[in-house]
Amino acid sequence: MIAAWHVDVAIIGGGTAGCSAALALRKRGLTVALFERRTVGSQASGVNYGGVRQQGRHPAELPLSRRSREIWPRLPDIIGDDCEFAATGHLKLARTEAQMADLEAFAAFAAEHGLEIRMMGANALADAYPGMVSGVVGGSLCPSDGQANPRLVAPAFARAAARAGAEIHEHEAVTGVARDAAGFRLETDRGGRFTAGSLINVAGAWADRVAKWFGERAPIQAMAPNMMVSEPVPYRLPVNIGVCGAGLYVRQIPRGNLIFGGGKGWADRHRMVARPMADVSYSASARLAETLPWAADATVIRSWSGIEGYFEDEIPVIGPSTTTPGLVHAFGFSGHGFQLGPAIGEIVTELVVDGRTSTPIDAFSISRFQHAGHRAA
Amino acid sequence: MVERVVIVGAGPAGVRAAQTLAAAGLRPTLLDEAPATGGQIYRRQPAPFRRPYKTLYGFDAAKARQVHTAFDGLDGAVDHRARTLVWSLEGQRLCLMHEGGTENLSFDRLILATGAMDRVIPLPGWTLPGVYTLGGAQVALKHQACAIGERTCFVGSSPLLPYVAYQYARAGAGVAGIIDTTPRADKLRALPDLLAAAGTGAKGLYYMGWLASRGLRYRHAGIPIRIEGESHVTGVVVRMAGGRERHIACDAVAIGYGLKCEHQLADLAGCDFRFDSSNRQWVVAQDGVGRTSVAGIYVAGDGAVIRGADAAELAGERAALTVLEDIGRPVDRARVQKIDRRIAGIDRFRRGLETAFAYPHHLARDMADHVILCRCEAVTAGEVRHAVTQLGAHDINRAKAFCRVGMGRCQGRVCGPAAAEVIAGALQRPIEAAGRLRGQAPIKPVPISALADAAADLTVAA
Ligand SMILES: Cc1cc2nc3c(=O)[nH]c(=O)nc-3n(C[C@H](O)[C@H](O)[C@H](O)COP(=O)(O)OP(=O)(O)OC[C@H]3O[C@@H](n4cnc5c(N)ncnc54)[C@H](O)[C@@H]3O)c2cc1C
Ligand SMILES: Cc1cc2nc3c(=O)[nH]c(=O)nc-3n(C[C@H](O)[C@H](O)[C@H](O)COP(=O)(O)OP(=O)(O)OC[C@H]3O[C@@H](n4cnc5c(N)ncnc54)[C@H](O)[C@@H]3O)c2cc1C
Repeated sequence: MIAAWHVDVAIIGGGTAGCSAALALRKRGLTVALFERRTVGSQASGVNYGGVRQQGRHPAELPLSRRSREIWPRLPDIIGDDCEFAATGHLKLARTEAQMADLEAFAAFAAEHGLEIRMMGANALADAYPGMVSGVVGGSLCPSDGQANPRLVAPAFARAAARAGAEIHEHEAVTGVARDAAGFRLETDRGGRFTAGSLINVAGAWADRVAKWFGERAPIQAMAPNMMVSEPVPYRLPVNIGVCGAGLYVRQIPRGNLIFGGGKGWADRHRMVARPMADVSYSASARLAETLPWAADATVIRSWSGIEGYFEDEIPVIGPSTTTPGLVHAFGFSGHGFQLGPAIGEIVTELVVDGRTSTPIDAFSISRFQHAGHRAA
Repeated sequence: MVERVVIVGAGPAGVRAAQTLAAAGLRPTLLDEAPATGGQIYRRQPAPFRRPYKTLYGFDAAKARQVHTAFDGLDGAVDHRARTLVWSLEGQRLCLMHEGGTENLSFDRLILATGAMDRVIPLPGWTLPGVYTLGGAQVALKHQACAIGERTCFVGSSPLLPYVAYQYARAGAGVAGIIDTTPRADKLRALPDLLAAAGTGAKGLYYMGWLASRGLRYRHAGIPIRIEGESHVTGVVVRMAGGRERHIACDAVAIGYGLKCEHQLADLAGCDFRFDSSNRQWVVAQDGVGRTSVAGIYVAGDGAVIRGADAAELAGERAALTVLEDIGRPVDRARVQKIDRRIAGIDRFRRGLETAFAYPHHLARDMADHVILCRCEAVTAGEVRHAVTQLGAHDINRAKAFCRVGMGRCQGRVCGPAAAEVIAGALQRPIEAAGRLRGQAPIKPVPISALADAAADLTVAA
């Protein structure tokens, strides 16, 4: 028998979460092997909308999101690439007074966590963004939010991790893991045999399968946000916009392209394919034309989608396994894990190395899915 | 239930397919973004023009008339929708754009007869106003009756090179030079195959002879080094066969290196592709009579294999016969055999053309770092090489993700082939290893307002 290669920590999944974990673990001096079925950052992490937003987070997620926001502007120092991160602000628009009240409630809650969010009525919006938006009663602006280029982030983390000594195995899927006294034994589709003291499950929309190997249930639904991009038009939209309840988000990059989305396309996670759908594109375009009438003449040059794992309660699983010592999960970011990615690496590293993290994560425990009748099949 | 057969493209392939299906009693739908049938080669002139067939189509006048007449005679037997762009395909339906609005159209079987476009190799100065593709230069003449310049230099390696130069000279437009990158020896090597298709092969020789008799020298083995000019083309620098550099003054350049298949819809349909090493491009995998790997999706004409208008007509008819076979209708066996034999004959001619007008892919691979490779996104060849060697892009889609090559409004239609050469060169691997740019909807740009318009229809229908 060929002896298995041993590392301190094995990581399953090369999205933003996995790549940032690889770097953070190396910084703590551990040996690391990351396995990615395709190429790093080719799934949700590489094809998402690029929103870097704290506003509108689930209350349990805000501390985590705050922590990640601290890291974003430091990316040039950490990974040698700014990934086009810009703190342009995130403006959430309300179409009804009831939505406005929700925004106000969130702003008050955010203030308790030291996050500044400014309420803006219709007049304030018209002053700040003349002729920009229509059909809204007001909004709330979070100036420290922003946007970044998703295609660059996970690969840049992976390169930095590799420079720091991590093994990055692309085009290599983990097909099975067994746990014994020596630790975790991994098998890959390339015939690789590895052993590891700890295992990190950051396999995105596919992470429920890994959890299942350890008898843990994680009811993920794979969905595919529907995205479009226009040809460059004169730069006019200085802020990342989301519209309450109306399924529209839109940003403009300095070269002029409008990037927008809303609704869900089609996904088959087993074949790893996701596609936008025309009917969904029609609706998102209609909402864009209503909200930013000046943008209606721009032409769409591309649409796309990607596969993301969602939980019904719209918050991820983050934390130690309930069945298996040494196993740490972080997945199911339910449509908003790009912003969290940089912090996830640090948090799972703390869990592996120190056995605890300074960021509150209790709400994200996988135990919430393990109650009676919810046994892994 | 009657099968709903839809044909995309009303060039020679699509028109013959429509005619064949109509003759069998089906009422196919024929979609084309152009205002009239005819496709590239038999493109019709806009209404106010009344130039005779001979002026417009030269030697091909009779064939053009036949294709146009065949179609005009179908009156009512075909549901022809002109000015209708097919911008996406989802399963068994197409997404159309027509007069500023979009709608969906479902089909049972689909024949893709979407034709081809010019293949280019970027060089310094190619983004200057006054630079066109050979096909574009021809379209300007055929469609709008205008030349792209007063003195045009024709450059490249393509059967269109002598032909378009000839058409320009005949129309009285100035020809500043004709530079063919292929050495004369290759032309001679190709002669036996070319002459196998007597008529067509002779045409090419005729154009070269005609040009020579007007004192217009057809130069072989010339390599374009750069196009010069500040705000507009003023000249081309060419390295001649002997190695000497020569400046050719001109105010327009028409350049092209053969054609490449337009197959984005087949890509969206999920059809398998294969790499055709004879002319270094990806083509839709098919069984030779139009069937792709996806049931119910067929390909015909230059969108499937580049082999010219005569073969396109035959392949269009053949694909329609295949459809009829597949839905259990009787087909004329003798006719099927005749078509297959004639297409095989043209295939030999095609091999000759590929030798006579070889694709000088090394010009793409060796392009200088500062050359703008992707004009939509202003990405240089050096940036693409950086994505490969420094960022680890292992193929063209990954390079696109890292440096935006092929990410703009043409979706890599223009720069894709050259970018693949640059990437393969940087990887030091064969060209197939660079992969194929994935197609994405919309395959051509669609206004947000047109998409929004369809949402209103959805609401009404609901
Ligand atoms: C279209 C779209 C738009 C979005 N917009 C935003 C946004 O604006 N802002 C925001 O914050 N979030 C957004 N998200 C969500 C965000 O992209 C994700 O939450 C985040 O990228 C998840 O990162 P990840 O590393 O967990 O997962 P992924 O990036 O999916 O990475 C998981 C990786 O694991 C690999 N893998 C799985 N199983 C195995 C195995 N057995 N062996 C080896 N490898 C395996 C997969 O190939 C994959 O690459 C969006 C998502 C999508 C799809
Ligand atoms: C610019 C150009 C000039 C050429 N000139 C000559 C010449 O002078 N002599 C010669 O022998 N050969 C020439 N060729 C080659 C010749 O055009 C082809 O051999 C022949 O026309 C192929 O016929 P086809 O029916 O396969 O495609 P085409 O004639 O190209 O017809 C394809 C049709 O499909 C339509 N179409 C494509 N995609 C879509 C879509 N998504 N939605 C709606 N409609 C669509 C196009 O508008 C077009 O009308 C030229 C080719 C090009 C590209």
